[in-house]
Amino acid sequence: MDVLTLSRIQFAITAGFHFIFVPLTLGLSILVAYMETRYVMTGNEAYLRMTKFWGKLFLINFALGVVTGITLEFQFGMNWAEYSKYVGDIFGSPLAIEATVAFFLESTFLGLWIFGWSRVSKKTHAFAMWMVALGTNLSALWILLANGWMQQPVGYVINNGRAEMVDFMALLTNPYGWTKFFHTVLSGYVVAAFFVMGVSAYHLLKGSHKDLFSRSFRIGAVFGLISSILVALSGSLSAEEVAAVQPTKFAAMEAQWETTKAAPYYLLLLPDPKNETNAIEAIGIPNMLSLLAFRDPNAEIKGLKDFPKDLRPPVMGTFLSFKLMAGLGFLFVLLSLIAVFVSRKTDIEKYRPFLWALVFSIPLPYIAGQLGWIVAELGRQPWIVYGLLKTSEAVSRSISVGEVWLSLIGFTLLYGGLGVIDVYLLTKYSKKGPDDDLSQIVNFLKAKEV
Amino acid sequence: MEFQVIWFILWGILWAVYFVLDGFDLGVGMLSNFIGKTDPERRQIINTIGPVWDGNEVWLITAGGATFAAFPTTYALMFSYLYTPLLLILFGLIFRGVAFEFRGKVEGEAWKKGWDAAIFLGSLVPALLFGVAFGNIFQGLPMDDKGYHGSLFTLLNPYGILTGLLFVLMFLNHGALWLLVKTTGEVEKRAISLIGRLWTLLLIIAVSFLAYSYFATRLYDNFLKMPLLFVIPVVAVIALLLIRPLASRGLYLNAFYASGVLIFAVVFTGVVGLFPNLIPSSISPEYNLTIFNTSSSVYTLKIMTVVALIFVPIVIAYQAWVYRVFRGKLGIQEVVENKDAY
Repeated sequence: MDVLTLSRIQFAITAGFHFIFVPLTLGLSILVAYMETRYVMTGNEAYLRMTKFWGKLFLINFALGVVTGITLEFQFGMNWAEYSKYVGDIFGSPLAIEATVAFFLESTFLGLWIFGWSRVSKKTHAFAMWMVALGTNLSALWILLANGWMQQPVGYVINNGRAEMVDFMALLTNPYGWTKFFHTVLSGYVVAAFFVMGVSAYHLLKGSHKDLFSRSFRIGAVFGLISSILVALSGSLSAEEVAAVQPTKFAAMEAQWETTKAAPYYLLLLPDPKNETNAIEAIGIPNMLSLLAFRDPNAEIKGLKDFPKDLRPPVMGTFLSFKLMAGLGFLFVLLSLIAVFVSRKTDIEKYRPFLWALVFSIPLPYIAGQLGWIVAELGRQPWIVYGLLKTSEAVSRSISVGEVWLSLIGFTLLYGGLGVIDVYLLTKYSKKGPDDDLSQIVNFLKAKEV
Repeated sequence: MEFQVIWFILWGILWAVYFVLDGFDLGVGMLSNFIGKTDPERRQIINTIGPVWDGNEVWLITAGGATFAAFPTTYALMFSYLYTPLLLILFGLIFRGVAFEFRGKVEGEAWKKGWDAAIFLGSLVPALLFGVAFGNIFQGLPMDDKGYHGSLFTLLNPYGILTGLLFVLMFLNHGALWLLVKTTGEVEKRAISLIGRLWTLLLIIAVSFLAYSYFATRLYDNFLKMPLLFVIPVVAVIALLLIRPLASRGLYLNAFYASGVLIFAVVFTGVVGLFPNLIPSSISPEYNLTIFNTSSSVYTLKIMTVVALIFVPIVIAYQAWVYRVFRGKLGIQEVVENKDAY
């Protein structure tokens, strides 16, 4: 394999691995902050116990999210030097701003939150977690504005042999970046909601800490319903954005080979990329695809055959990832809708099959998130910056096959090992349940009040 | 002043602040297994940096991000030329970060020993390799218009290794002083008995570094052109000389500040010596990566200046506040009783 292929595999592995931990951080930070705020407002120790329990899981997850994030920032220079030279003038800024505006906020206030129980007032302590949540979500905004620029480059001119920024506001208000931000962040909330529901369901099934976990379950269910509906809506907006600016990605997502006006939406569809057609194409809803893509039943959908073969993304991978992700998205709405109903009952623990289903659903939103990134990044190929720079032109020239093999093997082993340990610890502390003895914290907090 | 010059200074400040702040974390990480003999002692040691190490590490990400935004060509070439050392630094920092969080999560001798080793190596390797990398940047990398003609082993030349040792010792010294400020009991006593020896070693290495730099690099050219700049290395030497007497009088906090000034001034001696280069070429000056031939457009630099002027002071303010919240010494009892501690 050459440096390009190895570097692509390495970026996919390191970015994909990073995104196992990010979504839970995005959503759980908000839920923990909410629980702690409820405690501060009501003085009810059940909320404090919840804060501590979910907070511990948050921290185990957060550790890997942080350390795997540094890799990505370094990798742009290490493996994609030509890319960095060509677009750094405009792409570097959101990354630097992300660190300055967001990373400092989350890490500094998280340190305060972990160690500060005996040092600051209750209110300040809860405020610290809100700052962590704000920092985490702001970091998502900046990195997705950066990624949005790779999808739809705006606000630049080609000058001195590279892309130079001429309009910062265009970068900042890039609609692609914003729809991507909402879609991604909301999908993180779904991950957190299903994580909280799944772990709570497990404890309700085991009959431990009913009060704490039925409360958590209710919070997770409502949060899950709101965010899964919004993630579907923002997904629809994202697809419209793709249709408008990335015709090749959209055609691959929908396996659309021929340019068609008033295109139907097929419920049963399977592409046959070798013969540039679809192996299965049945149960079409007339005009639906045109309507979904352009809000116009007669709009024209560009087909893949309108583009040279070397400018088309891999169709099968993009298509399957997209359809599976979208299908999971509808499942999440359905499951959280039922969960909201069940959570209103006083005998939640009696709904055993449903609770077990939720326990086993914990991985599903994670999978949907990974699939979403495959659609976004694989569907953009062969471009690294859509229409502007090809991935094959972006890789570093000075690194050797041997070096990249070494780093790829190193990352795979290291991340594999750490991933196993992290899942082990998350499972261990999820099953263990809350700490019954809150006297220490309560004493800290009381001592602080007088 | 040109925006390239402003960003060159900011670039230097970001790296220097990173080394001053994470320097003591790395030092503490290297020392924890030697100064801490028992599990509670080791916990006491790593918990002194618990609330702050992560925020300190963000200065590295910001320094990297600022290099990318302000000098993209330097960022691209520096990171791809130094591929393997940066990879090892990354692995070190990854190990160190998760080790703090995971170490206390499972009871068991082997588990804790494993993560103790991760903390040690995850601190030593970045400290050493950052020094090696900067030493090589100071003397120039073998690069021309065809690319880079070196490997990890060409970086391990005498001057590179000496700079690596200098960083390790500066951080060990900085970490030991931090422990003097932050701990009590046995740990404090051991740190006291160690600081004298560390300081003597640091003095030898630092003097050798300043002297060797004269022969191995062109860092002093700028100083000779503008002698006023000698203030910076002189401040470094004064700070270094002050550490010992301050520490032996029990003025640990002042000694720690002096150590911070030392690190800042050493890094800035190098940075000022580099100007206007970011990475000189050891083959020919025509291949130097300078702040002018690798910078972003002035428009981008202006935007980034506004961002930095607004947000960096805010960051400094809340980080300083968090340091204040956690001021004072951390006793072993407090750590053992605290369920939230590492």
